[in-house]
Amino acid sequence: MAVVRFPGTNCEFDVVEAVESLGATAEIVFHDRPSLGAADAVVVAGGFAHGDYLRPGAIARFSPVMSAVAEFAARGGPVIGICNGFQVLTEAGLLPGALQKNAGLKFRCETVELRVETTDSALTNRATAGAVLRIPINHFEGNYTCSPETLAELRAEDRVVLRYVENPNGSVDDIAGVCNAGRNVVGLMPHPERACHELLGSTDGRPLLASFL
Amino acid sequence: MASEAELAPPDDTHRALGLTDEEYGRIAEILGRRPNHLELAMYSVMWSEHCSYKSSRIHLRRFPTEAPWVLVGPGEGAGVVDVGDGIAAALRIESHNHPSAIEPYQGAATGVGGILRDIFSVGARPIAVMDPLRFGPLDDARARWVAEGVVSGISGYGNSVGVPTVGGETVFDETYADNPLVNVLCLGVMPTERLVLGRAEGTGNLAVLLGSTTGRDGIGGVSVLASAGFSDDESDAEKRPSVQVGDPFEEKRLIEACLELLDRDLAVGVQDLGGAGITCATSETAAKGGAGMDVLVDEVPLRQPGMEPFEVMTSESQERMLAIVTPDRLDEVLEIAARWEVRATVIGTVTGSGRLRVVDGDGTVLADVPAKSLEEDAPLYDRPRSAPADLDERRLDRAASLAAPEDCGADLLGMVGDTRWVWSQYDHMLFLNTVVGPGGDAAVLRLKHPTTGEDTGRGLALTTDGNHLWCAVDPRVGSAATVAESVLNLAVVGARPSAMVNCMNFGNPEHPEVMWQFSESVDGLSEALQAFGVPCIGGNVSLYNESRGRDIDPTPIIGVLGVVDVLDRVPPRPAFVDGGSVLLVGRTDPVLDGSQWAARHGHRGRGSLPALDLDAVVAVADAVRGLVADGLVGGAHDVSGGGLGLALAELAVVGGVGAQLAGIADHAELFSESVGRVLLCVAPADLERVRGRLDAAGVPVVELGRAGGDRLVVEGLVDVSVAELAGASSSWLPDALGSGTTQG
Repeated sequence: MAVVRFPGTNCEFDVVEAVESLGATAEIVFHDRPSLGAADAVVVAGGFAHGDYLRPGAIARFSPVMSAVAEFAARGGPVIGICNGFQVLTEAGLLPGALQKNAGLKFRCETVELRVETTDSALTNRATAGAVLRIPINHFEGNYTCSPETLAELRAEDRVVLRYVENPNGSVDDIAGVCNAGRNVVGLMPHPERACHELLGSTDGRPLLASFL
Repeated sequence: MASEAELAPPDDTHRALGLTDEEYGRIAEILGRRPNHLELAMYSVMWSEHCSYKSSRIHLRRFPTEAPWVLVGPGEGAGVVDVGDGIAAALRIESHNHPSAIEPYQGAATGVGGILRDIFSVGARPIAVMDPLRFGPLDDARARWVAEGVVSGISGYGNSVGVPTVGGETVFDETYADNPLVNVLCLGVMPTERLVLGRAEGTGNLAVLLGSTTGRDGIGGVSVLASAGFSDDESDAEKRPSVQVGDPFEEKRLIEACLELLDRDLAVGVQDLGGAGITCATSETAAKGGAGMDVLVDEVPLRQPGMEPFEVMTSESQERMLAIVTPDRLDEVLEIAARWEVRATVIGTVTGSGRLRVVDGDGTVLADVPAKSLEEDAPLYDRPRSAPADLDERRLDRAASLAAPEDCGADLLGMVGDTRWVWSQYDHMLFLNTVVGPGGDAAVLRLKHPTTGEDTGRGLALTTDGNHLWCAVDPRVGSAATVAESVLNLAVVGARPSAMVNCMNFGNPEHPEVMWQFSESVDGLSEALQAFGVPCIGGNVSLYNESRGRDIDPTPIIGVLGVVDVLDRVPPRPAFVDGGSVLLVGRTDPVLDGSQWAARHGHRGRGSLPALDLDAVVAVADAVRGLVADGLVGGAHDVSGGGLGLALAELAVVGGVGAQLAGIADHAELFSESVGRVLLCVAPADLERVRGRLDAAGVPVVELGRAGGDRLVVEGLVDVSVAELAGASSSWLPDALGSGTTQG
């Protein structure tokens, strides 16, 4: 598996640790590389790519590695954007919508409850539909928004992958994660890699990460 | 020899820079001539209180600093201890009080940035930050503005730079009305063999400046800001340009680039640039390496044109590091820097002269001073100290004379207050280490090897503590009690103390009472450290914490690192567990002096603290740590500020369960903060075993009753619903901050 690292990314080692604990092998790919190598799956990890300058993901989408990510996605390979990675994927046009500042205008780091809305996605095919998962969030710009037409399309095509049980950030329709039409590209604001170890208080992230390994 | 008249100051420039006439004389004596303006500026920053510790050094020598596991003691960028499995832990605490008073967001943000550089300058990756904060009262709109700004600054910088903030403290009190305390502690880990020190060795080696450009921000910050008190608001606002501006993204890249340099063994030494900027970094590395350095001032990349050499040499622009590299490895260094988009420029050469020279592009020597003199020859003052004149009278005014409350529950509702509003804005989970985060008695982190990532199955624990109410009554006993509290905070999560760092926040050292407080505090801390066998491995002194001539209450804040030998389960939370027996471990001295309850009722800084039996605290800590380690405890909480009453209320709120308790005689027993006590909640099946172990250890224990139900009841004193306590606890801060802020 490939984990994309931009300057300013900070969750890359956490993702590697979590997926390796599930038996996968992972390699960190620096943003200046034009290729992903022989990876079977790609995670765009959380953090502050390029310092979130201008706005989250706005500069990262121009890094050389993103062309490779787009090609990989176009071939149907699983691409998961976590937190800042979700923001990058929306800026890169691989996922619809955008992430704006939280409704409370504060950064929020806490464990929240998520409901699995569909198991037909690269991130949830090993999860249980309707299951409620406890997974941490950690963001200032996690307030998902999109046009009414896009929202209608996401709903009609069952592309809302995860919803917050209690909306922490003002996201439209309580959306925590969405997928593309091909269902192989998924973005979510919560951090499943932070919920993979008993000592960290939750292991609910495991079925999500296991889905694309 | 120059005559006395030839060495006399020609004008008042030195005073404007914060140097006394005597200090000017000393500089002239060292140089054998009058210093020029650039040299004067360099001495003024290096001999500032902030950099030289000139008022405090004489006292700091009394701290115990040695233990077999100490790898680096006080005096380096950070203290370092061996924590086993080939891992060394670096620990450091600093203050950013004055910048934060003036420009809260940037003051706090750059405080975080500075402490991180201290940690990676010894070769360690920063893995956790803690922020002990003190603000003015919540009913003061400006204090709220400062609090919001500081929290946003820590959140904005810390989250972005990618180091979790795993705990701290937030206290609001009138003593900090115009002078908040913003202390920041950082923990880092490294493979033991990577330990590096800031030394410039090897004539011909190159000094490479890494990171940000140098600008006019923060010129003379250490002398203008950090080493003087505040007078009135208007002139304080004018000091705003002395506060630096932080860029966490630059810092993040700088961290990664520097750690890669150290991983690949490309640097002889590394030094952060903080207070006193290039002057400090170049003179310190040269002095410690027994070398000299020529600084090529025209090579320093500047943020704006037309900067004078003295500005370049004393600017405190953030996110800069100095690496000493051998010429043959320079290309590799530049290549790594380029990969991380970090600016790297050779700005100096190590010489064998022992002198720090500043040289311009034409080869003209602009300054030429003995490198060591900037640090080692800094003045050392044994400032006059005297106990307050009314000390005896104050000691006789006891809080016992306050009227007993009609309803202790009402007091409790006014005292509970969690700080979730603060810490939920901090990323406290990054790196997947945080087993216990903010809100517990101590943070607990998994200990993984910093390069292989292998889990050692052990843990590190961290706590920061300070209690100005205790120290205002008795700085010596109050300081010792603070160490005891830290040790108990570690014990309740199963950790044994390993090392301590301190941040001494005091008033104006030119006031003899303040120096008396300082000296007493050093002695109190030292006595307690000796008793617990904990070495002091570093510290920071922040003086001149005063506004309008009023000194703050003495506030020594300490950070203690602990080790959890087996981390195979989540430690007990400070929470009641339904059906559990509630045990009070340790002896209660029903003294209210120095307590939060007394302060609420207008009695503060008076009376006297009960004598501290440190051996008894050691016994309690050892016994509790053992019970926690063996999994015999369902809930655990140390008793400190707010006494038994507040500790019980917090156990109820966190557990969401009440308790029916008896055996607490009166409000004095309920609110006394006598040190050395822990509350445990133990499942009925384990009760006999736990009591047996405590009895065997000779530790006093009383069973107060059972946890359960939805009310907290203490017979004859308290009967309040858990829901009401929880509501008061969670709403106080958002409600108070919701009423608006003002900068003016």
